[in-house]
Amino acid sequence: MSASSREKLDGYLFILPWILGFLFFTIGPMIASFYFSFTDYSLLEPSKWVGLDNYRKLFSADDKFGISLSVTFRYSLASVPLGMVLALTVAMLLNQRVPGMRFYRTAFYLPSLLGGVALTLIWMWIFSPAYGLLNTFLKMIGLEGPLWFQSQVWALPGLIIMSLWGVGGRMIIFLAGLQNIPGHLYEAAEMDGAGAMRRFWHVTVPMLTPTIFFNLVMGIIGSLQTFAQAFIATQGGPNNATLFYGLYLYQNAFQYFEMGYASALAWILFAIILALTLVVIRSSPMWVFYEGTLRK
Amino acid sequence: MPFAWMLSTSLKKSGAVFQFPPQWIPDPVVWGNYVTAMKVMDFPVLLKNTVLVTSLSMVGAMATSALAAYSFARLRFPGRDLIFIVVLATMMLPGWVTLIPVYIIFRNLRMINTLWPLIIPSFFGGGAFNIFLLRQFFMTLPYELDDAARIDGCSNFRTFWNILLPLCKPALGAIAVFQFVAHWNDFFGPLVYLHSAEKMTLAVGLYRFKGPFSVEWNYLMAATVMVAIAPIVVYFLAQRYFIEGVVMSGMKA
Repeated sequence: MSASSREKLDGYLFILPWILGFLFFTIGPMIASFYFSFTDYSLLEPSKWVGLDNYRKLFSADDKFGISLSVTFRYSLASVPLGMVLALTVAMLLNQRVPGMRFYRTAFYLPSLLGGVALTLIWMWIFSPAYGLLNTFLKMIGLEGPLWFQSQVWALPGLIIMSLWGVGGRMIIFLAGLQNIPGHLYEAAEMDGAGAMRRFWHVTVPMLTPTIFFNLVMGIIGSLQTFAQAFIATQGGPNNATLFYGLYLYQNAFQYFEMGYASALAWILFAIILALTLVVIRSSPMWVFYEGTLRK
Repeated sequence: MPFAWMLSTSLKKSGAVFQFPPQWIPDPVVWGNYVTAMKVMDFPVLLKNTVLVTSLSMVGAMATSALAAYSFARLRFPGRDLIFIVVLATMMLPGWVTLIPVYIIFRNLRMINTLWPLIIPSFFGGGAFNIFLLRQFFMTLPYELDDAARIDGCSNFRTFWNILLPLCKPALGAIAVFQFVAHWNDFFGPLVYLHSAEKMTLAVGLYRFKGPFSVEWNYLMAATVMVAIAPIVVYFLAQRYFIEGVVMSGMKA
C-alpha cells in the first residue's frame, strides 16, 4: 500500500471511535428524538403518533413552559454577562508577573473543581436564612437578609450569585487568551503614549475577541441548560420561581414519563440555542478580530 | 472563604453549628463527624463506583480523543476539515436533545442501573472539546518529527504513540483534569441511569445524604469535604501541566 493511501486509511481509522459515537450517540438519537417529539410515548407502550399535538400544547396549554423559559432567560441574561466580566477581570489580575501567582491561580480555579453537588451544598449552607454565613454577615452590618432559596423573589438571584463561583473554567480560557497576546503590541502602544485604559480597549479587547466569542457562545449554551444547581437547591421552587427549562424537561421525561412531550421540549431548546448561536456567529465578523485575517 | 467555612463547620459539634457570632475555629474539634458521615453515606461503596466510572471514562476519553486529534492535525485524508467542523458543531448541541433516545438505547441494552451508560460514551471520541484542545496542541509540534519518524520506518500509529503523544503531556494533563472533574462531579448521569443505593456514585450519594441530614450541617459538610477532596488532589498533581497545557494549545478558535 502506498504511503498516502496508508495515511488516508489511518486517518479514518483513528477517528473511527468518534464517527461511531457520532452515529450512535448524536445523529441517530437526534433523528429518534425528532420523531418522538411528534408522538405520545410513555416508555411502557409503543409510541403513538400525535402529529403536532405536543407543540400545540406547549404554546397554548402549558403555563409551566412559559414560566420555565422566562426563568431560564432571566438567569442567562444575568449570569452570562456577569460571569464574563468577572472571569476576564480575574484573568487580567492573574496575568500579572508577581511572585506567588501560581498560588492565586489555583485559589481562583479551585471552586470550579468542586462542581454541582458539593458547591451547591456549601452555598445552601451559606444562604441558609437563619444561620448562614451571608445573613449573619448582613446582620452584623445591620441588614435583615432575605430568605434566599425559600423566597420567591430571592431564589433566582441566589442561584445567579452561586453561578459566579464557577467562573474558574472561563477564567482559565481568558488567561490562555491573554498569554497569547504578543508583548510587543503593548510596548508599541505604550510608546505611542497609550495609558492603561487605552491599552485595554485598543490592544487587550480586540486581541481577545476570539476568546470572548468562544466564552460567550459556550456560556449561553451552558446557562440555558442549567439543571443540577436548581434541582439540588430548590427543586424548582418556591412556587416555580426557579423552574429552569432543563428541570421542567427532566420532570416530564423521568417523573411523568412523558417522553414525547419532553422530546418536543428538547427540540424547542435546541431551536433557541441554535438561533442564539447563529446570531452571535453572524454578528462576529463585526467584532471578532482574528490575527490571521490581517496577515493574509 | 466558603472553603474555610466548610472545613470549620465539618469539625463542629452539632450545637456549635448555629452559634452566633459564628465560631471560626471549632472547639472542640469533632473528627467523629467524618466517621458518622462515612457510615451513613455508605462511603466505601460509593467511592468504589465513582472511581470505577471516573478512571474508565478517563482512559476511554483520553485514548480516543488523542487518536482523533492526531488524525485531524497530522494526517491528510479527504473530508478531514469538513468532519472536523462537524466535531466542533457537536459542542453546540444541547445534551437534552439526545438524552431520551440514548436513555432508551441503554434501556434496551438492559444497562439501566449499571455503571455502563456512564462509561461507554467516553470510548467514542472522548468529547469534542478534548479533541479540539489536543488538535491545537498537536499543531504546535514541529512537523520534522513526523518526517524523521517516517524515514525511520515508523507507522502512523507509532509516530503518534512513541513520538508525538509524549510531547503532549501538558495538554493531556489538562484533559485528564477536565475529564476527572466532569465524571467525579457528574450529577445528571447517575441521577438518570442509576436507581439502587449500592450502584450510586458519590455526587448523587451526597445529594441523598442531604435528605436525612439537612439540618445537621456539620455531618453534611464533612461528607462534602470528603467528596470534594479528590478533584483538588488530582488538580494539584496535574497542576504542573495544567495551565501550561491550556495556554500552549492557544485556545484560538
